[in-house]
Amino acid sequence: MTANAVRPADRAAATRATTVFVPGDAGALSLGAEAVCLAIGAQAARRGLDVRLVRNGSRGAYWLEPLVEVVSGQGRIAYGPVSAADVPGLFDAGWLEGGAHALRVGDVETLPWFASQQRLTFERVGRIDPLSVADYVAHGGYQGLRRALALSPQSVVEAVTRSGLRGRGGAAFPTGIKWQTVLDQQASQKYVTCNADEGDSGTFSDRMLMEGDPFSLIEGMTIAAVATGATRGYIYLRAEYPHAHRILTGAIAGARAARYLGADVMGSGKRFDLEVRLGAGAYICGEETSMLESLEGRRGEVRVRPPLPAVKGLFGCPTIVNNVITLSTVPAILRHGADVYAGYGMGKSRGTLPIQLAGNIKRGGLVERAFGLTLRELLYEYGGGSASGRPIRAVQIGGPLGAYVPAAQFDTLVDYEALAGIGAMLGHGGIVAFDDSVDMARMARYAMEFCALESCGKCTPCRIGSTRGVELVERILAGEDPQRHVAKLEELCEVMVQGSLCGLGGMAPFPVQSALRHFREDFLART
Amino acid sequence: MQMLSSTQSETVGRILTEFKDRPGPLLEVLHAIQAALGHVPPGAVGLVADALNLSRADVHGVITFYHHFRTTPPGKHTVQVCRAESCQAVGGEALAQHARVRLGIDFHERTADGKFSLDPVYCLGNCACSPAVMIDGQLHGRVSPQRLDALLAEADTEEHRR
Ligand SMILES: Cc1cc2nc3c(=O)[nH]c(=O)nc-3n(C[C@H](O)[C@H](O)[C@H](O)COP(=O)(O)O)c2cc1C
Ligand code: SF4
Ligand code: FES
Ligand code: FES
Repeated sequence: MTANAVRPADRAAATRATTVFVPGDAGALSLGAEAVCLAIGAQAARRGLDVRLVRNGSRGAYWLEPLVEVVSGQGRIAYGPVSAADVPGLFDAGWLEGGAHALRVGDVETLPWFASQQRLTFERVGRIDPLSVADYVAHGGYQGLRRALALSPQSVVEAVTRSGLRGRGGAAFPTGIKWQTVLDQQASQKYVTCNADEGDSGTFSDRMLMEGDPFSLIEGMTIAAVATGATRGYIYLRAEYPHAHRILTGAIAGARAARYLGADVMGSGKRFDLEVRLGAGAYICGEETSMLESLEGRRGEVRVRPPLPAVKGLFGCPTIVNNVITLSTVPAILRHGADVYAGYGMGKSRGTLPIQLAGNIKRGGLVERAFGLTLRELLYEYGGGSASGRPIRAVQIGGPLGAYVPAAQFDTLVDYEALAGIGAMLGHGGIVAFDDSVDMARMARYAMEFCALESCGKCTPCRIGSTRGVELVERILAGEDPQRHVAKLEELCEVMVQGSLCGLGGMAPFPVQSALRHFREDFLART
Repeated sequence: MQMLSSTQSETVGRILTEFKDRPGPLLEVLHAIQAALGHVPPGAVGLVADALNLSRADVHGVITFYHHFRTTPPGKHTVQVCRAESCQAVGGEALAQHARVRLGIDFHERTADGKFSLDPVYCLGNCACSPAVMIDGQLHGRVSPQRLDALLAEADTEEHRR
């Protein structure tokens, strides 16, 4: 991805070189991966060693980043967390042959943290060079599209329906049903749009996927196009993701050059091309109709439904709107089979979910598992408990509109219906942990502030209600007649839930209501 | 309203020629203007409106809707501190306060010497490495107040950042 990374075309000449993977993932870079990469290049040159540096995605074990993997005679051996200052010592320890060192992690895939995961959507993330079409194809890429092109559009849609895949952006709507609606429309132009706005705090799976395996998203969008007769696609990417932007742009160009995009996709005679459009820092633009307004170059004001985007979406044409993870999972479904995918999971939550552990957690990162494990398993077995070492008091699941779940409910299963059963929601699968120093009344105020800040302004309960909500929590924080103000806050929440046009105003009360339900003492006992 | 300099209007004109015939181009045009000029000068609104067959109110309405667009020049270095929940869970608010005190400005402001501007951001997708900060487009994770000081000092001395 950077100047001296060797591309596959050069590989023949570099067969004797030792391949070293240094993540180009934004999270790894935020911890110094670029300096590590430069140090490795410099040390190798000084020692006359032939090293081929590949900028891979992250494995998702962020407590080990920058995590460097060396392809040695002993296999792929990881070292981490590596700083630039560690690099000379690692060479001294003979790490290119997998030598012993305090930072030696061994083969990542044998760590219980990794080995117990079920990585389907994230199968290739961290393993491959994200910008190499050849690497992608060598790891099973484009088999799904090949299969889709051999089927009728209706059969592709049926496969997606049979897999049980539900939208991973938050609303969990069955993907196949959405695609069927678009397929059924008679129109001269249809679109596939990817929602890459990923605005929820505690979520980063879209980012990791786009940076670590962008071709799976491109392939997923292409399959969606083939299945519904769309010829143009847009990825609506949040402006806060400049690294993902660079990688997506490079990958789209690569796919076009290899004719996986363009006028004749894989020699099928079918046309599909796509481009990235940047958002501009508005959380509401993750709501699908607001996203479409924004893609059309307007204020991101929510549209009244009906019509559904599947009937009348972008520029008035039938449009698929799906999340990054939803679309990137489709190639695996086509490749492995819908029934294989549906074989994972529980109840109406089929398949796997890339879960993101964040906040006050010791081992933050990405865990992909079939639906049906408990929050406790995630927080303690994968996450290792809080980073501070204090008890985890609450987790917020599903972003800023998601409920706070108290420790007493950590045996709840990760499953859309099980979480709905305790008044929570899974959303995009982000889990943010808070230790016992958290002040839940302040978190409630933040929820209202965020809604006020991000409201599109179209309806009163959201626009005015959120500002009123901030004022009420301020009173409570100041200890002013808390009983009365808590009662008013509860009434206000009810009005917002009932009267808002979209999920922002309609769900922003969820964190507040759950905080009031489970942590009432934080509101009433102010001194 | 401030008039555009001749180089600024040339830049805006070039951008409009490049983008105006694309579908729904306004956001792209504004992004390109901000990338080239650092902000979207109010004097550009009329040019953009005319070229895209929109009213000035339409263009103004879009600029004000999105937090990303600024109508005044940023500092030489832009500092974005994440204020969302995951970062709050590990000291993000103390870090935000530290940034304010250290730079002597509030969010949405620019230092008097024009060196830094400070903006809030609501999640940088680096929540497994909270608290997170972005300086001149470079992401930083697990940022303590001391680390922030070091990063600001580095930005101040280092001229050529990507
Ligand atoms: C306020 C709000 C914000 C949303 N933000 C996002 C987002 O950032 N990314 C996303 O994929 N879906 C988001 N959604 C859900 C979308 O409206 C939509 O359901 C989704 O993109 C459909 O794709 P899926 O079926 O693949 O999940 C948001 C919804 C609401 C109400
Ligand atoms: S609930 Fe809020 S964000 Fe949604 S349409 Fe109403 S004002 Fe806009
Ligand atoms: S590959 Fe470019 S600096 Fe490492
Ligand atoms: S909440 Fe700060 S990076 Fe996500």
